[in-house]
Amino acid sequence: MNRSTIDLWVGIFVALGLGAILFLSLKVGNLLTTTTREGYHVEAAFSNIGGLKLRAPAKAAGVVVGRVEKIRLDPQTYEAIVTFVIDPQYKFSKDTIASINTSGLLGEVYVGLDAGGDSEMIADGGRIAKTQSAVVLEKLISQFLFDKAQQEGGK
Amino acid sequence: MPASVLADGLRRIGAGTRRSIARLGFAARFFVAVLTHSPAGLRRIRLTLREIYFAGVLSLVIILVSGLFVGMVLALQGYDVLQRYGASESLGILVALSLVRELGPVVAGLLFASRAGSAITAEIGLMKATEQLSAMEMMAVDPLARVVAPRFWGGVISMPLLAALFSTLGIFGAYLVGVRLIGIDAGSFWGNMQSVVDFRADIVNGIIKSAVFGLIVSLIAVFEGYDAAPTAEGVSSATTRTVVGSSLAILAADFVLTVFMFRGVGVL
Amino acid sequence: MSPPSTTRPVANFDRRQPVAVELSGVTFGYDRTRQLLKGMSMTIPRGKVVAIMGGSGCGKTTILRLIGGQLRPQTGRVVVAGRSVPDLDREGLYALRRQVGMLFQFGALFTDLTVYENIAFPLREHTDFSEEMIRDLVMMKLNGVGLRGAAALKPSELSGGMARRVALARAIALDPLLVMYDEPFAGLDPISLGIVGQLIRKLNDALGITSVVVTHDVYESLKIVDYLYFVSDGRIVAQGTPDEVRSSGDAFVRQFIDGESDGPVPFHVAAPPLATAFAIGHAG
Repeated sequence: MNRSTIDLWVGIFVALGLGAILFLSLKVGNLLTTTTREGYHVEAAFSNIGGLKLRAPAKAAGVVVGRVEKIRLDPQTYEAIVTFVIDPQYKFSKDTIASINTSGLLGEVYVGLDAGGDSEMIADGGRIAKTQSAVVLEKLISQFLFDKAQQEGGK
Repeated sequence: MPASVLADGLRRIGAGTRRSIARLGFAARFFVAVLTHSPAGLRRIRLTLREIYFAGVLSLVIILVSGLFVGMVLALQGYDVLQRYGASESLGILVALSLVRELGPVVAGLLFASRAGSAITAEIGLMKATEQLSAMEMMAVDPLARVVAPRFWGGVISMPLLAALFSTLGIFGAYLVGVRLIGIDAGSFWGNMQSVVDFRADIVNGIIKSAVFGLIVSLIAVFEGYDAAPTAEGVSSATTRTVVGSSLAILAADFVLTVFMFRGVGVL
Repeated sequence: MSPPSTTRPVANFDRRQPVAVELSGVTFGYDRTRQLLKGMSMTIPRGKVVAIMGGSGCGKTTILRLIGGQLRPQTGRVVVAGRSVPDLDREGLYALRRQVGMLFQFGALFTDLTVYENIAFPLREHTDFSEEMIRDLVMMKLNGVGLRGAAALKPSELSGGMARRVALARAIALDPLLVMYDEPFAGLDPISLGIVGQLIRKLNDALGITSVVVTHDVYESLKIVDYLYFVSDGRIVAQGTPDEVRSSGDAFVRQFIDGESDGPVPFHVAAPPLATAFAIGHAG
């Protein structure tokens, strides 16, 4: 096998391989669409996070603006403290409401951010005061049944 | 009588264990020797290019064809399950995650072990059996630097590229079946995929996996070749050991790596 | 101990030493239980062709590996061109090997390289000669073994005798002071055998090198060598010039030369008496 033929083939192979990695990164993965790796951190406390997972998106008006980075339990208040990273190009007011939502009945769980009207913005490491916990379907159903039973009993 | 049979069996297990531990130690020392001889071997980059040609370029066809078919089958089977839950739009996610995280590195690694790993073992083993390695040593040329290191690095460099190509062709195959054949919307196929597949957590981890598998296969292949008994039988059994050993090692390492890599993303 | 290493370790090997190789009281075994060499001593003078003869598996090849520094003796001294081989460090050993050519039993040509590249291999590895210079040297060596026309062939396309000659050209590529031949005649037809034998003699005299030929081919070696050593059971059992050997009355030498199946080297491997093997005497 000729030297220059080997060089040519190895060149083609390496170019193809690197092209494949580029394709995976850009077209399959989210290297272009997310810049949330670099961003500011915001905390929020929830009494129940339901099925929220790490790396779940944080959305404002349905647009992904960040991702959940850390979830832990506050040992004093027994609340879940969720930390997420938010794209620095989006600023949220201090009275933003963070809620835990599910897209559809079986869809992914995400953090919804509803911006308020405060002129002061949340800084890096800041905390969202107003939160709305996850809706737990079983509790909802048992509540409904309990109410129903009470109504029946009251008659 | 039964007691002596038992003792015999235990003794055999003991001897086997002792041998495998000794061999493992020998392999570890060999690995260090390969690394220390690598600078001398890599200085002559042409030797490594040659091995990338043999390990990488010559594995291209099998990797590309297998990737395409695995992707197409994955799309058919995945669609069958997903459409029951009305989630056929998620086909792109299913295929991309399976390929990038698992099937790309693992299947490409297994194919690489049987295509390139066995060839490396057989070549080095035959060079040993025909005294070519001894001849080199007697010509004051270190076979570790001249023969082993280039083959090792050729494999290590080729493997991640092959795995990426496997995943790419697989996703293309799934696109053909899912979008062109079944008729899933192309926009939701790619869009859902992009929204879920993460660059660092999925793609980089997949590349790291394939690099580790490349290291494992190449090391086992050069070690078995170098350690082969210098006979026809020795070379053939060394080749078998390479394929079996590196396949098992890939699967075991895959489990360990998966535990560490995807611990935080809800898998565990 | 070896003198402090200089920038050119090659200079430490004295090509004009009257004794090229000296072994004294060398013992060696691959494992602890079986000694292959039991106190071997021999002297190989400069410029001579010396044969080491003995049956298969008697440790002849081991002697070559000891001289080349691939093995270390358990006791005894191995001296090549005035330097003690077992005391050489890696650098020194590699410097020694650049001075020692070796022809392996079946040539051990690199199967993935052409004949030309095989001979150019040691030159490319150890010199920074220009491509033209390497070409000239390779062609000169190939011409010396009569194979200039085979330069572009692969080793798989060569006959056994041609492969042996290519390996010979490769062994002398760096103009060594010593060339070792491991069974150079094994498996060759009579014509190739004669050619290789004559080449060994001619190259030795023309290049002023020293040759050690390990072989069991008495007939061919008696024609070309200056001195013979007979090895059996890890020791030198006989030695002499070809004339002395031909007229020797030594039982071992006679058995070797005349090719008798039984003698000091027994036909039967040590075994229990025949009667027990066939269970004779148990009958009745």
